[in-house]
Amino acid sequence: MAQTVLYGAMETELAGAAADHDRLWIPLDDLERSTGWTAKPEGLCRGEVCVPVPAARKADWIDGAARRLDFAAFAAHLGHAIARDAERGIWAFGPPADRGTSSAAGPVAAPDFRLPDLDGNLHSLSDYRGKKVLLYCWSSW
Amino acid sequence: MIAVAFDTGGPSAVRDFIRPPQLVPPMFQFMGWNPALAEKAAVPTYPCLIDERHTLGELFGIVNVPTAVWIDEEGMIVRPPEAPGSTDAFRSMNLQTREVPKERSDDGKVRRQVYVDALRDWIDRGPASEHVLAPDEVRRRMRGQSPNASLATAHFRLGVWLAQHGERDAGQRAFETAVGLEPESWRFRRQKIVLSDPALTGQLAATPEFWQAVQALGDRYYYPPTEMAGMPKPLPPR
Repeated sequence: MAQTVLYGAMETELAGAAADHDRLWIPLDDLERSTGWTAKPEGLCRGEVCVPVPAARKADWIDGAARRLDFAAFAAHLGHAIARDAERGIWAFGPPADRGTSSAAGPVAAPDFRLPDLDGNLHSLSDYRGKKVLLYCWSSW
Repeated sequence: MIAVAFDTGGPSAVRDFIRPPQLVPPMFQFMGWNPALAEKAAVPTYPCLIDERHTLGELFGIVNVPTAVWIDEEGMIVRPPEAPGSTDAFRSMNLQTREVPKERSDDGKVRRQVYVDALRDWIDRGPASEHVLAPDEVRRRMRGQSPNASLATAHFRLGVWLAQHGERDAGQRAFETAVGLEPESWRFRRQKIVLSDPALTGQLAATPEFWQAVQALGDRYYYPPTEMAGMPKPLPPR
């Protein structure tokens, strides 16, 4: 059964992924388009961040023969909580726990986002760089 | 200004709120709105975005609405998520007449005015405004992400996907888990309530479930008072 991965702003159905109890095997060729992470010699990388795969975990996380990664194990290592609907093959990942802002120094950068207006036109926060932004969140409820 | 609606119900849930054809008079009283200004309301010229998956709730750690964030020209947060002068006045509302005691509505008006004046001060004076917070203070006020909160968010995200794919019952179970893990995330609870019944799309989540949860707050605030220079001492929550 195809597995659907809800990770960050991404939502991807993967025909080649497989669930095995608590493991979510994602083919390395599908990893970037579904999670933003890629496998490199130095570890698993996303943007400028690379996370080395601990030697003790490598055999557990990476199925070299099938060229796939147990993404659930890697995400748990990063502090992401996981909610799963096994019947429908849905894997939802929470944001990493303890984002570490308390130990950081200097200004706090606003995370960028991209969302549609009611006509479907996309807007990013970064489009407004150079202007002050009042971000006002509301709802109908 | 960028307005973002957290609404899994999609554009149809929010469209009528962008410029409401008619505002119910009690709303003016308990929200502390000025009817004369509301008469002059124009169609927004700022972007009104919709966030069906509550992505910004996750990114910024937002648990209720309305919530506002100030971001400077360099993209740095100078005031983290906070209620923009909102109060718990609605908790003192007479549910039959929808009126709130004058002391409460007056307090709401004052607090909103202080907030708007502070916002104007920041726009005029930028980093020299006393309302711009130092990075350490921004960090102190930002809600951390505990493992429990991450798990609640994961279940909420699952619930949104299920709701959007026609699996309402399974979605409600996922939302129920999220609310159980983070009972004071009103964003989770209120979105869950309105998705429980298609007739509630675009409605306030003012169901018995909502009022019971508010009642359970006891002496804790629904809207933690805005910590801002010039803001009067808050009234008790109820």
